[in-house]
Amino acid sequence: MREGRLARSKFYNWPDKLFDLCNILFMIGLVIVTLYPFINMFALSFNNANDSIRGGVYLWPRLWTLDNYKYIFNEASIYYATTISALRTIIGTLVSVFCTAMLAYTVSRQNFVLRKFVTVAFIFTMYFSGGLIPGYLLIKELHLINSFWVYIIPGIIGVFNMIVIRSFIEGLPDGILESAKIDGAGEFTTFMRVVLPLTVPALATVSLFVAVGQWNSWFDVFLYNSSRIELSTLQYELMKILQTSNTAATSSTAADQFASGQSGVTSVTPTSIRATMTIIASVPIIMVYPFLQKYFVKGMTVGGVKG
Amino acid sequence: MENQTQPAISTAQGRALRRSRLPFFFKKLLQQKVLVAMSVPFLLWLVLFKYVPLWGWTIAFQKFRPAKGLFDQEWVGWKNFAFLFQDDTFYQVLRNTIVMSTINLVFGFVTAITLAILLNELRHILFKRVVQTISYLPHFISWVVAASIVSSALSPEGIINILLVKLHIIEQPILWLGKGEYFWGIIGSAEVWKNVGWNTIIYLAAITTIDPAQYEAAEIDGANRFQRIGYITLPGLKSVIVILLIMNLGHILESGFEPQYLLGNGMTVEYSDNLDIFVLKYGMDMSNYSLATAAGIFKTAVSFIFLLSANGIAKRLGESRLF
Repeated sequence: MREGRLARSKFYNWPDKLFDLCNILFMIGLVIVTLYPFINMFALSFNNANDSIRGGVYLWPRLWTLDNYKYIFNEASIYYATTISALRTIIGTLVSVFCTAMLAYTVSRQNFVLRKFVTVAFIFTMYFSGGLIPGYLLIKELHLINSFWVYIIPGIIGVFNMIVIRSFIEGLPDGILESAKIDGAGEFTTFMRVVLPLTVPALATVSLFVAVGQWNSWFDVFLYNSSRIELSTLQYELMKILQTSNTAATSSTAADQFASGQSGVTSVTPTSIRATMTIIASVPIIMVYPFLQKYFVKGMTVGGVKG
Repeated sequence: MENQTQPAISTAQGRALRRSRLPFFFKKLLQQKVLVAMSVPFLLWLVLFKYVPLWGWTIAFQKFRPAKGLFDQEWVGWKNFAFLFQDDTFYQVLRNTIVMSTINLVFGFVTAITLAILLNELRHILFKRVVQTISYLPHFISWVVAASIVSSALSPEGIINILLVKLHIIEQPILWLGKGEYFWGIIGSAEVWKNVGWNTIIYLAAITTIDPAQYEAAEIDGANRFQRIGYITLPGLKSVIVILLIMNLGHILESGFEPQYLLGNGMTVEYSDNLDIFVLKYGMDMSNYSLATAAGIFKTAVSFIFLLSANGIAKRLGESRLF
């Protein structure tokens, strides 16, 4: 273990050592509490469903099988849901990040006549929103119900994200944007060629926030598209399974019906289906977020102070 | 009516002012047409998706029937609000909302600040990094996944019951999610599990701005770990804590929607239903749009009053504030 500055000094005595030991033990406990549920779900998802009922599967599958995954991906609803989840994450993130960055650039220009007006108009909506019912009625009036675009269009601009990107652009050295202008670049060219490449750290942060939001959302599916299975998402499908097993937990007959209704023969069980869906719904996020850590930590600090 | 003369004067003055400014404004606007083209479409989007729904607040003052057009609705004044304040479920829902968001606020603050301070005391940099990365994980997964994890951990054959029975703390497995009395504690713990790591980010950033010389001086003066934390780290975090407290007080009526909706069930409604679920039930399930919107307006109004008061108190105490 690499020791810090204090360890070498004569002030590092036994109460300090005891404190450090307790602290490390506490952190290990925290890591276990955070990771155990995922490891357990992973083990259950690769374990034979009927064997799981016996209990005792904690950290590693006892009887390896891919049946749970095979079963789930054979379901038409999961096939659609995976596609839609991926599509809304990719399209939604690209569109939203580009548009939000463009708007952030315009309000970062100090001499732009509409700067104050646009900024205030957007920030106002952070505190006042129409709420569920007026929002729902609007979407209905616009005929966005039962359409893929209801996932994209209402979320084009994120005000918090705009503030993060704006703060980042304002922190760029003044000379860079000015020299682009002297070279004869218009505002749009400056934005595309100079600002976008320079704001990559902020864009990475915002992309992560938007992508995670898109991947994780189920409420808009529930509200607007629940009658069209080909527009469902993974999270919504998992949510339906969860709701069924929540009610199933209160009566055993419902649980049995669920298991047999889903499979016919009991090669899968509600527990194993749920574990498998949970892993499918969270693996993409687990794979991505650690690599963007230094960006989002910075983005949170900037946005948190100025927002 | 009696003020009719006053606006006339001010418009006359305004006209004189605008006469000199308007051409300049339009000239600028024309000069900056590219910037205008890059922002005005989003302004229109904003009006359509954020300001038009605000106008939808009028629904709360109508007896709204979806079949009729938006302009042929019957106006009923404050009747929906009156009905709301006579409804016993509304008070129950309000109690649940306030209790759950207070638990989240207090629990969330204390755990995040404690964890940030403990992380800061870790000496091994790589170990600290790994713990931090892992602690951010639950923030990024959806509430659906989190609810799935919580409900399986708390099920009769879940890990919590297994551990408690093995340690002889309880005799029989408990159906944790089936009893309303446990619900608030479960939601509070789930929130902490999900967000404690994420919430440390801002405190850790604030700790890095504290001058290391202060710690060295304290060390030489013989201050122990707890004294250094109490007299240097915590005071250094004071202004961040105040700002975050103000922001969170504005959300006192937002106890969250997803965890309650996903983990609540028929046996816990008396404790789990909050304002957001109330709005959803009245609005979408029963199609009583007017009452649901009235409840929504009540929520926004109270939140804003809380935000302004907290901001005012911070101002009086000479602390940093939002606006």
